[in-house]
Amino acid sequence: MAAEKRVLILHAPGTNRDGDLAAAFQLAGGKPEIIPLSELAKLDRLGDDFGLLALPGGFSYGDALGAGQLWAIELQTRFSEVVKQFVESGRPVVGICNGFQALVKADLLPGNGHRATLTYNQSAKFECRWVTLTLNQNNPSGWLKGIERIVCPVAHGEGRFLLEDNLTLSDSQIALKYSYSDGSSADMVYPENPNGSPSGIAGITNPAGNILGLMPHPEDHIMFYQNPSWTRNKNEKGKYLGLSLFKNGLAMI
Amino acid sequence: MLSRHHCEDSRKVFRIEISSNLRQRERQLQTQLEVIGIGGYQLPEIQNIYFLKGDLDLPTVKRLTEKLIIDPVTESYAIEQVKHRVVKNNNPSNNENSVEVAFRPGVTDNTAQELLEAARRMGISNILGAATGMRYQFDPVMNPLEIEQIASKLLVNSTIQRFSYQKIYPEFINTTSNELPVIETISLLTANETRLLKISEERRLALDLTEMIAIRDYFIGIERDPTDAELETLAQTWSEHCVHKTFKAEIKLDSGVIIDGILNRYLRSVTEEIDASWVRSAFVDNAGVIAFDDQFDLSFKVETHNHPSAIEPFGGANTGVGGVVRDVLGVSHRPIANTDVLCFGPQESGEGDLPENVLHPKRIQAGVVSGVGDYGNKLGIPTINGAIYYHPGYTANPLVYCGSIGIGPVDSHPTSPQPGDRIIVIGGRTGRDGIRGATFSSLTMDAQTGEVAGASVQIGDPITEKGLIEVVELARDDKLYNAITDCGAGGLSSAVGEMSSKLGANVDLENVTLKYQNLAPWEIWLSEAQERMVLAVPADKVHELEEICSRYWIELSDIGSFEESGSLKVAIAGTPVVELRNGFLHNGIPDKKLEASAIFRDENYLPASLNISPQQVNYSELLIKLLSHPNIASKEKVIRQYDHEVRGSTVVKPFSGEKQDGPSDAAVIKPLNTAGWRGFAVANGINPLIGESDPYYMALSVVDEAVRNLVAVGADPDRIALLDNFCWGNPNRPEILGSLVEAARGCRDAALLYRTPFISGKDSLNNEYIGQDGKHHAIPGTLLISSISIVPDIRKTITMDVKQAGHLIYLIGDWRPTFVGSHLARIDIAVEGKFTQKYRPPDLSEENIQVYRCLYKTIAKGLVTAAHDLSEGGLAVSLAEMCLAGRRGARVNLNNVDLSSIQTCFAETNGCLLVTVSSENKNVFEELFTPLPCRLIGLVSDDKILEIVNDSDSLIQLEIDQLLQAFTGSGKDPSHGS
Repeated sequence: MAAEKRVLILHAPGTNRDGDLAAAFQLAGGKPEIIPLSELAKLDRLGDDFGLLALPGGFSYGDALGAGQLWAIELQTRFSEVVKQFVESGRPVVGICNGFQALVKADLLPGNGHRATLTYNQSAKFECRWVTLTLNQNNPSGWLKGIERIVCPVAHGEGRFLLEDNLTLSDSQIALKYSYSDGSSADMVYPENPNGSPSGIAGITNPAGNILGLMPHPEDHIMFYQNPSWTRNKNEKGKYLGLSLFKNGLAMI
Repeated sequence: MLSRHHCEDSRKVFRIEISSNLRQRERQLQTQLEVIGIGGYQLPEIQNIYFLKGDLDLPTVKRLTEKLIIDPVTESYAIEQVKHRVVKNNNPSNNENSVEVAFRPGVTDNTAQELLEAARRMGISNILGAATGMRYQFDPVMNPLEIEQIASKLLVNSTIQRFSYQKIYPEFINTTSNELPVIETISLLTANETRLLKISEERRLALDLTEMIAIRDYFIGIERDPTDAELETLAQTWSEHCVHKTFKAEIKLDSGVIIDGILNRYLRSVTEEIDASWVRSAFVDNAGVIAFDDQFDLSFKVETHNHPSAIEPFGGANTGVGGVVRDVLGVSHRPIANTDVLCFGPQESGEGDLPENVLHPKRIQAGVVSGVGDYGNKLGIPTINGAIYYHPGYTANPLVYCGSIGIGPVDSHPTSPQPGDRIIVIGGRTGRDGIRGATFSSLTMDAQTGEVAGASVQIGDPITEKGLIEVVELARDDKLYNAITDCGAGGLSSAVGEMSSKLGANVDLENVTLKYQNLAPWEIWLSEAQERMVLAVPADKVHELEEICSRYWIELSDIGSFEESGSLKVAIAGTPVVELRNGFLHNGIPDKKLEASAIFRDENYLPASLNISPQQVNYSELLIKLLSHPNIASKEKVIRQYDHEVRGSTVVKPFSGEKQDGPSDAAVIKPLNTAGWRGFAVANGINPLIGESDPYYMALSVVDEAVRNLVAVGADPDRIALLDNFCWGNPNRPEILGSLVEAARGCRDAALLYRTPFISGKDSLNNEYIGQDGKHHAIPGTLLISSISIVPDIRKTITMDVKQAGHLIYLIGDWRPTFVGSHLARIDIAVEGKFTQKYRPPDLSEENIQVYRCLYKTIAKGLVTAAHDLSEGGLAVSLAEMCLAGRRGARVNLNNVDLSSIQTCFAETNGCLLVTVSSENKNVFEELFTPLPCRLIGLVSDDKILEIVNDSDSLIQLEIDQLLQAFTGSGKDPSHGS
């Protein structure tokens, strides 16, 4: 019998997509457990117990002082040892939306020696809409294996990925890009690219490929009926689900 | 007396200025400046300011700034140590065209609070206070009068903020004090009638003479004067908000008829007469409850937060959402979806159209929308349904209806506190928030009085409420409490008072955790500080609850016990504050009697119908005008600021269609954690324009609309529950009360016709604003009906967008369009002799329910590919919306409809929908609808042109792009390619 694939889903004050993410990992065949940061302090090692670490979306600490900022401080101070141990062991880590923001602000992403940020959308508004994502075939990360396209919602106000000193991210670290529904690059076109990220970057990996961070919510497209087009394109029912991403993550354990 | 405690200390204060290199906010502000007529200047500069107080040195502040505050990629900073300067002359002319804005002391500053806690976690413990602010630097050539205008119109809300044209100095609220609590005794025993009224007025008790006399007589009976806290407790418990005096009052109509209370006669009686087995709880608890399936129940509540939103739109709407979500927690449910219906003054209002001291409707809308979004988004509750309505009557009195739907296991909500149970408060701390907001907001506030004044406005803290949601769910599942309620209006006085009404309670206010000291006992007792719940917890379970709370960063305080004493007893440090008998507190309120004038004159029935030849009018132009009317045009720019996807349960979303920009009729939700394919649908009906002509007909129409919207997505018409929500003017004016009675009568007639029970309701009266001109600015009587129903199999639901060329278009339902309250009557059209004929609008047809049942059946059989209800703007607008959503044209011939073309296209009717059916299902669909009204009027075409003809007359011919442009105001079809 295959070992249980235990997934540690962190819950900071203000985290709110932990339930959605747990449902996605569950459906993908994992065994997710949601653990509040207050409880994490009691687990001295993440190493032996969990195969995958996930940071879900939400508004940790109300996003005071910037999205994910204070959660990042927690990851860099109170929990720096456990997180470091987990990341360096090569096990898969994923941060979605607020979780991605926290990973970036904690310098775990892009992890190439340069600082980055996820800042205010170019529309200067919170944006909730469905987007099409194409996965970068030049990125060798196990998270992306065999997936061409995902359709899922975004829901964020700070999702524009910028690197310090106007640097550009190496192509092999780009994981997902905003596209038109036919898969062609949307680059900077609004609203297909809802936040104005340069080159339409929606998600990235660290150079080792075990950490994935992305703004959109593949965990909110795990059932056909979540797709807004399901009443129109009945023959495409269940296409472009986000579920495959979570299956890939579990396969990396 | 309010204590003013000023403590000068010698701690250092550092000021940190943060600049962003993105220039986004600056460009946004420049656009706003142009809107108020200030243009042609160079881009302003905006900086965030942070203040830190404590025994700190520069390197520490630097480290803290770099680590915690700035975004190193986009921001830079400057730090300086500042000294308190008394600014004598706050005048823009003698400095450099800058404005600095900060909160008034005591106003909840969540960012400063988080900063303080994060700094402590970083090990910087000698930090005593934090505050935030903004700095705006304008073009030096700008004239000082313009700076003043910008500050007052765009940058500052003086209710919660203060500003300076020089460097602003932070006001930190003191957190320590050794002042003794002050309990005031009010001389009531000897007060005559004039004095009684004066006391009520001075303390803003809103109690009338009869009520004041009843209170005086009670205290004569117990031979002592009341304390301030006792009087305030009675005022809260007997308030309109808590006991719905007007809705329970005996009303004498001018016809001589006596109504034994609106609530019983017209609303509660409906629920009792229908006696549906699936209604679990109606009108008695914090929210109405219906059955979902064998395992779960659903709860639904809609509240209003109108006045707070008028004076501080963001905070008012923010705490409106927070309040209704706590109502759902108050029935032990997990909130899973929110709704919001907003009514504003016209966005294009000129400054001259506004009553004095009224915020511009644009500013109100912007604040309310971000307030709703901020709270709902942060809680992770999808905002799934709503509406925005514009009318000049809402300029001074915006309406903010916030709704929330919850889910919980069947029979999991305990409602009986037991003697000996501890009174446990969980959640946020208690401050002056919301205490007599009305009194404080009318004070002139300066830096001195600001210490107490600003605090009267409620600012939400959604992150604490998020923690409460987690805690309540776990505590419920572990059966840790015997009763629960939220702290809303009246604070602890209402919550504890209500819970102990059948027992009694002993409360010690010393155990209430406070945000800051110096609160008078009555303030602690009455504070409306947000994000608090009160639970009755058996003593041996308090520890377990405490553990759950600490897991989610929630504070708990044990403030007393429930006792079988029949009295509410409150003390502080051993000194009695309140001692009232339950019998008097809860049943001592004198019955109220009111008079109403409910006679309606013929001239109310304007405008009715219109007979003109098609040659007189350009139908295409009218349709474009209607589609771009603010009440009809797309609200997408607002709605996309709300997260409607979180929880992964939104099956039919606010928008439908090829590019998801067609307005859906109802939202459909499939909770992620329930078995099978069962879901539920949520919709609403609102139409104040009809109410201006005929409030009875308005009620029929909005009940019908709320029902029609649900059946349009495939919800079960025999499982619909309704919520009533009345926002009216002053009910002591007989004509206002008369229209309220008429609307309530309409609710009853419509709900009985459809067999739809009411499960909850709310009334917000006195929505009038007395301007400085002494004139009353009253809202149009506005009835919101919210509706919820079951969708047995969500895979069968349909959306409103046309799907494929060749699908047939049917008009179903009782087709009796009128121009009463219609939007056509409101738009400017130059037609000779329009709208002359007087006409009483029709009652709802008894056939409607059969039509809805038949539609339900045909949708369930998969025969219907799209359905959309006919509402504002009539048939043409409805058809245009279906076409633009599906990016396909339609060809419709109205020769099958025996009315004038203009009435057919644009008049508004109840009971009708447009549906599309594939041609292979034509016969079976028509057979199922026989003999109900069902007219084949056209088909979906394979081009992108909407064409409506009446035999040989071409009425409308428009491209989909033209419809989209009018509807979205975007100017172009944003779709990629063709």
